[in-house]
Amino acid sequence: MEKIKSLEDLKKLRAEALEKRTAKVISGQKEVIVGMGTVGIAAGARETLKAILDYIESEGLTDIVVRQTGNIGLDSFEPIVQVVIGDQAKVTYGRVTPDAARKIMKEHVVGGNVVKEYHIEGK
Amino acid sequence: MRELTLHLLDIAANSVSALSQNIHIEVVEDTINDRLFMSVKDDGKGMDVEMVKKVIDPFVTSRTTRKVGLGIPLLKAAAESCNGWFKIESEPGKGTLVEVEFQRSHIDRMPLGDLPSTILTMIIGTPEVHWTFRYRVNQEEFFFDDEPIKQELEGVPLSDPMVISFLRDYITEGIQSIQPPE
Repeated sequence: MEKIKSLEDLKKLRAEALEKRTAKVISGQKEVIVGMGTVGIAAGARETLKAILDYIESEGLTDIVVRQTGNIGLDSFEPIVQVVIGDQAKVTYGRVTPDAARKIMKEHVVGGNVVKEYHIEGK
Repeated sequence: MRELTLHLLDIAANSVSALSQNIHIEVVEDTINDRLFMSVKDDGKGMDVEMVKKVIDPFVTSRTTRKVGLGIPLLKAAAESCNGWFKIESEPGKGTLVEVEFQRSHIDRMPLGDLPSTILTMIIGTPEVHWTFRYRVNQEEFFFDDEPIKQELEGVPLSDPMVISFLRDYITEGIQSIQPPE
């Protein structure tokens, strides 16, 4: 892909993306945070984050912000993923493999139900 | 960590924690001189001499003022066992430069791993940072600067599905068009 061409493409893409977003902004921001400290990375956090991005892409989910953060301080539970929906309390998940990440995306981020299997209580 | 790109991600995560605004990543594969080089340069808060020593070898000092991980010592040991070297230059308030080099064909050299995913992870996961990435293979080069893209996208997050597709394709094609076989 030529660079100039891609920036042109980007303009079209932006217009399209903004159009799709306007309807959803009211429903509240959804945030997915992946722990990317040394332990998290060694435990597979990059693959977890990749699975989350792949899910967003394949499902066309336009109202989700993905962020990475440093060490969350729960080494034995890495990779750690946290989900924040609107003004609800933050939900922390542990040992989030790519499969677990897809399940959390589907059932919690999209469906609105906490996935008990990976949920770390009290965090 | 079994891939060099995971170490790269680890070092870049340190740069993010150091509150860097600009982070430059460089990966150079020189198949003619048989070298593989990687560097991460940031403008974060930097470290004093004592801290650099501790990061490189957490067991030499008795000071326990700050927790440090084992990512860096392991990478240094890996480079040195592959006819390579490792270096950190840092100055408080200015930033940090981490460089590492391997003999590319060395039998013990870790595979580079998934470079496109690693770069994509950094860019999308920490949009507050201005990222630049240079990948060079002998005379050929792929250079990526996320600033013009962020300007074009004003108002659209990098984690928008169409943006993810665009970034993934753009970075993957750029890298793969010059990447030599492992």
